Amino acid sequence: MPIDWIFGLIGGLMIGLAGAVFLLANGKVMGASGIIGGLIDGSGSSNRTERIAFLAGLIGVPTVIALVFGFTPESDVTTNPLLLVIAGLLVGVGTRIANGCTSGHGVCGISRLSLRGIVATCFYIGAGGLTVVLFRHVLGVI
Amino acid sequence: MRNLFAALSGGLFGAGLMVSGMTDTRKVQGWLDIFGDWDPTLAFVMGGAILPMAVAWQLTRGRTPVLGGNFPTPPEQRLGHNLILGSVLFGMGWGLVGLCPGPAITSLSFGGPSVWVFTVAMLGGMLLAPSVRIRLDLLARPT
Repeated sequence: MPIDWIFGLIGGLMIGLAGAVFLLANGKVMGASGIIGGLIDGSGSSNRTERIAFLAGLIGVPTVIALVFGFTPESDVTTNPLLLVIAGLLVGVGTRIANGCTSGHGVCGISRLSLRGIVATCFYIGAGGLTVVLFRHVLGVI
Repeated sequence: MRNLFAALSGGLFGAGLMVSGMTDTRKVQGWLDIFGDWDPTLAFVMGGAILPMAVAWQLTRGRTPVLGGNFPTPPEQRLGHNLILGSVLFGMGWGLVGLCPGPAITSLSFGGPSVWVFTVAMLGGMLLAPSVRIRLDLLARPT
């Protein structure tokens, strides 16, 4: 639907603005996997509260939008627990080994023309595309 | 002050993910599914997000962060096996369910129990990552 593109663009600008605030004010790259991962494995203990504050905003604001404005977008997440656990493990391990995900390598990396960000984005989109094609059209699992 | 701006940034990030439709796994998998009913929305989200970020990177030149400290150092040029292998593993998980870390955390409050199962597994994966990395480094070491 054409309207989806417009919402995509507006939401994208908001995401970019969020990254710009985090960079210009706090001096940090807004990478979701890095912010969470640093808390999980203790590597980000020097700026622990800053990470927690970011995540509080990331969870809190959508919760308020959902509760107060009644805006709850569709998630359409699979209910297959095996798929969820395998995918979650892959995303967790992969983003930490690659040192970034869609926000860090994608949004923040590409925008500074980082070779690592561009290469990582090509590989995770390529792998994601192959996975969807294989599991949807060949195996019919998703 | 740092925490306030971090929370502001996180909140805007979450709201942006909600508005853009990126918390909908159907749209993400639709973008990855080039042989199905292809959904171009993700390209618009990426494009929209890269624009303000590109301006922000330009603004960092010759300045320091508003709240003190230093800006990130220029990106490393070396690619390495971890970047490639990690991105492939991440892409596989992303394709299987259609969630990446940001949208998963964003939809914890409204996405239902599936998002929680995914997120707990993701946190577990992040805990396992250092030991996986050590093994990959051993395998990749020239003998």
